[in-house]
Amino acid sequence: MAEAKAVDFAKIKAEEGAAFAKPVRILDNDGKVVNKDLMANFTDDQLVDLMKKMVWERALHEQTMSFSQQGRLGFYAPTWGEEASEMGTASAFKKQDFLFPAYRDLPQLIQHGATVAQMYLWSKGHVKGNLFDARALRPQIIIGAQMVEMAGAALGIKKNKEKDTVAYAYTGEGGSSQGDTYEGMNFAGAFQSPAVFIIQNNGWAISYPRKKQTHAQTIAQKGVAAGIPAVQVDGMDVLACYEVAKEAREFAAAGNGPVLIETLTYRFGAHSSAGDDPSRYRTKEEEKPWFDKDPLIRLRKYLTEKGLWSEDEEKKYADECKDDFKKAMKEADAVEPEKVTDMLKRTFEVPTPDIKEQIKKYEAKESK
Amino acid sequence: MAKKTYIKAITEGIDIALAEDPKTLVFGEDVGKNGGVFRATNGLQKKYGADRVFSTPLAESGILGMSIGLAVTGWRPVPEIQFSGFIFEALDSIVAQMSRIRFQYNGTKNAPITIRTPYGGGTHTAELHGDDFENFFVGVPGLRVVTPSSAYDAKGLIISAIENNDPVVFLENLRLYRSVKGEVPDDKYTVPLDKANVVQEGKDVTIIAYGGEVSEAQKAAEKLAKDNISAEIIDLRSLYPLDTDTIFESVKKTHHVVIVQ
Repeated sequence: MAEAKAVDFAKIKAEEGAAFAKPVRILDNDGKVVNKDLMANFTDDQLVDLMKKMVWERALHEQTMSFSQQGRLGFYAPTWGEEASEMGTASAFKKQDFLFPAYRDLPQLIQHGATVAQMYLWSKGHVKGNLFDARALRPQIIIGAQMVEMAGAALGIKKNKEKDTVAYAYTGEGGSSQGDTYEGMNFAGAFQSPAVFIIQNNGWAISYPRKKQTHAQTIAQKGVAAGIPAVQVDGMDVLACYEVAKEAREFAAAGNGPVLIETLTYRFGAHSSAGDDPSRYRTKEEEKPWFDKDPLIRLRKYLTEKGLWSEDEEKKYADECKDDFKKAMKEADAVEPEKVTDMLKRTFEVPTPDIKEQIKKYEAKESK
Repeated sequence: MAKKTYIKAITEGIDIALAEDPKTLVFGEDVGKNGGVFRATNGLQKKYGADRVFSTPLAESGILGMSIGLAVTGWRPVPEIQFSGFIFEALDSIVAQMSRIRFQYNGTKNAPITIRTPYGGGTHTAELHGDDFENFFVGVPGLRVVTPSSAYDAKGLIISAIENNDPVVFLENLRLYRSVKGEVPDDKYTVPLDKANVVQEGKDVTIIAYGGEVSEAQKAAEKLAKDNISAEIIDLRSLYPLDTDTIFESVKKTHHVVIVQ
């Protein structure tokens, strides 16, 4: 007779995470409604608004990529393919909420109040790119750092007794491997702070694929370890992203503690504009099924069938957006470059003796 | 005036900062009910409540990352890292994040965070509990590094550090916590963050020291005096930025320098 087993690890392993692998979805790839109840939450105007935001984001990507290739910008992380995940979630938050974006989250930061010109200045490394009129920090470069900082802001909001306010942060599935992401979730959970963690699982951390990033079946299940309710959502379905983010925000804002969202999306383009070439690590065949899920296709189909949208209208709107971005680029280009003394003066509140000497030297140079 | 230990002086300084500014928060591992493993925050949770003086989960990067989020939502955080040997878990928050906030936002945002942490050897601690790693933090633009050498300075400097709007790594010398006692006024006073202290004047050699090495320098100076060598001792107080004015003035006079680390 076989010896009795205290525990069946193989069974636990096979089942772990299965409960989270059920992404919320409203529209399928072809624009057919798969969740009528949730679909009923939207007015026609809201649907058109979300479509326009995605068209805006795609136009922003195309125009920004073009500026980047012309050498007019610094770092740029393409957002192509992630329009539903970014615009759907971002549309659920309010002006009083505190946003902690990462470098691929410029569109959400613009939705939250920054201008396109400011984001171009950010890309160029100009301080004016950070001086936006939005409750947010600048796009974070260190992956995961925004998660612990956001948890602190959420606690600060709770201690301030701010009503109907949350903090929210974005990272990718690669960022979910960082210790800071767990620490942020754990702190927000321990303090029951109003925090919404959004992990945009776009399949790739530069060249490293999702399946190698973690053996966890889902990223969402990582919330369990921190005692945080978590959900997976179809990140190519802007309506589902919006509904899930809206529920998450309401739950957190009501004092119920933090929430984790995993959006299933795809980085259609390169990691960054600085020479990354996806053909080195993935094939067109692998990309194909994701291009079929293009978030614009399904909502475009749905709205066109309802007579709320047309290709002409889309093209006209995208062109208008691009004209705006061209103006923004001109505005950014017209900003005076920073002086060395500007940088020196803002290192400490009161310049230190050695910095004072440096300021004196550079003032003399700059006045020539 | 009452003689108080170095650690008691720190507790009094934090107490005054908490009393004066309701936005001051004190937190870290075991900092709340337990008053910290060295009791530096002893009694403060009882006095100011668990909303303002509290223990956190065990994660240094979480503690200092959280401090940044608290700072940008209007709070004045005074986090404790239990031993400075544990601080490397949070190096990103210090060097890559909080030190740059003023710079990044052109002064429209700041990070008035005072990171308190014990450092230094001579107390028979476990590995990574008694290191002198202060050099890692010296020279980071926007980040102050301060360490007191006496009970009097400990209280005056911790108050200045908390009131200051730049982030400060406030290094508390572990050996001095209870081995040093000094005259410490009960009321509030401050010791400036940007001024080195000429502990004793001399004309032949300048000894530059800080923290636990200042008393060692004083012992050396006594020996030198027996050989008719007059030593001037400078206690840096602030390791970064450096008070170069005081150092240069002294060296112009003595033409000789000994640095004790």
